[in-house]
Amino acid sequence: MSKAIRIGAGSAWWGDRIEPAALNAERGDLDYLCFETMAEATVSAAQVRKRRDPGFPGYDTYLDDRMRAVLPGCLRRSTKIITNQGWINPEGAAQRIVHWLRHFGASGVKVAAISGGLITDRALELTSTILENGKPTSTLADSLVSAEVYLGAEPIVDALKQGAHIVVSGRVADPSIFMAPMMYEFGWDALDHRHLGAGNGIGHLMECGAQVTGGYFADPGFKEVPNPWDLAFPIAEAEPDGSVVLTKVAGSGGAVNLMTVKEQMLYEVHDPANYITPDVVVDFTTAKLELVGPDRVRITNIGGKPRTPTLKVSIGCIEGFIGEDMFFYAGPGALRRAQLAKRILEERFKIVGLQAEEVRIDLLGLNAIHGPMSPKDQPEPYEIAVRVAARTKTREEAIKVGREVDGMAVSGVGMTGKRVPHQDRTREIIGVWSSLVPREKITPTLSFYES
Amino acid sequence: MKILLQHAAHARSGDKGNTSNISVIAYAPELYPLLKQQLTAERFKAHYAGVVNGNVERYEVDNIHALNFVAHDALGGGVSRSLCLDNYGKSLSARVLAFELEVPDALRSHLRGI
Repeated sequence: MSKAIRIGAGSAWWGDRIEPAALNAERGDLDYLCFETMAEATVSAAQVRKRRDPGFPGYDTYLDDRMRAVLPGCLRRSTKIITNQGWINPEGAAQRIVHWLRHFGASGVKVAAISGGLITDRALELTSTILENGKPTSTLADSLVSAEVYLGAEPIVDALKQGAHIVVSGRVADPSIFMAPMMYEFGWDALDHRHLGAGNGIGHLMECGAQVTGGYFADPGFKEVPNPWDLAFPIAEAEPDGSVVLTKVAGSGGAVNLMTVKEQMLYEVHDPANYITPDVVVDFTTAKLELVGPDRVRITNIGGKPRTPTLKVSIGCIEGFIGEDMFFYAGPGALRRAQLAKRILEERFKIVGLQAEEVRIDLLGLNAIHGPMSPKDQPEPYEIAVRVAARTKTREEAIKVGREVDGMAVSGVGMTGKRVPHQDRTREIIGVWSSLVPREKITPTLSFYES
Repeated sequence: MKILLQHAAHARSGDKGNTSNISVIAYAPELYPLLKQQLTAERFKAHYAGVVNGNVERYEVDNIHALNFVAHDALGGGVSRSLCLDNYGKSLSARVLAFELEVPDALRSHLRGI
């Protein structure tokens, strides 16, 4: 019987902090360090950027920073790394990692790149229906920029079996990145849904990093978190039977307790009895949670059901633009001046013929975040930002938002605070749609590099 | 006694496309039946009127004393299309904490922040 393995989180998204990854590498005593760096639109955004800037390598823009921070610790402890930092260029990322391995004097370390999930050219023949609206995927033909399959843990396990010490992929389902080491080390079969269910359940708890160690959690007076400026990323002590203790490096900030684990268990989950992943359908409703020590939560009995015959495909489309800006009021009467400013903007948009699918003018401090749910009987705030945004088909129309806000400087309301624009106030919208593809149509490929 | 839900439960929201899921987790097992009885999917939707435009499904997660609400058409068309500053709806879970809950006085000791 193999013993428990220690799996640490290195990131939960592209912009995540890097010091907690280094902390896990240095002091986590890890067998595996796993990185999740992709959001829903990451692949499409990378494709759009690559089109405009051929010099963009196509992998995580923080790859260098992350590898520099964790490789020394990982090499010393022989910690293996699983990461989806490859985005649209896993081979390029693998070669870059080899560069850093050599930089740190490590030779003979095997790095595997996983490809085969990008199906942009074949997306419309392989898929039929858009899950969100029931329409045929062919309706996306004109706007499609990228399509990728959510791969599971199997190709990562194959790479480990072939001797990889570091595995870098493009899109892999987030929990699978963390489950692959369990599958490999404990010899779980790809159809062993009981163990894989537990494994991807643990993976789900790990994939958002600090969200299970006290991040996205603190609420003073209700839910306290010690040293929230120094949160660690989680460590899973995974056991061959699919149970786990979640913890973090001793002495770090944050908290691992029943409340943080419960919140993360349901995060981005719809039916908790049927959480669909590429490897297995996870059932969280059978899980048992127990606080077994300071910052130590033991989770047993997460369930699993057989995997579905399909894999999820994410289809990114160019859909238009958003123009956005804001300006400010303060002091007695801030609200009445903000309301007049809103009226002026509404009239100005008519005068300049703004062609928009939707326009939104918020009074930040009053109703910008919760919109129509905000109470009607609030006291007047001392300060208000007027924030305006419009969604348009063309960049030319989106630019009008910022240009009309510019007009509010000298042609607007009394006592208006306004920034001089230093940045582009428009951005491109990459809409993401989902579909399904039969799993047998997708064949991941591995390529190996060595330092 | 009538209290705001924030004294009886904590909450977290997550996004998938144009759908938001909001979990509501009882601070104590004794408080969970009150959530089940009073915080129905229908009342939840009414509490989010103007933002949640689609159906709301409620899942009971008895093993962790939690309800999971799945609110469709809740993110302004989807994270990338939304004109809301909080386009991921990360702050949407805070709204449910303002739901009014009737709690027997005998359970007072289980409440937080009171």
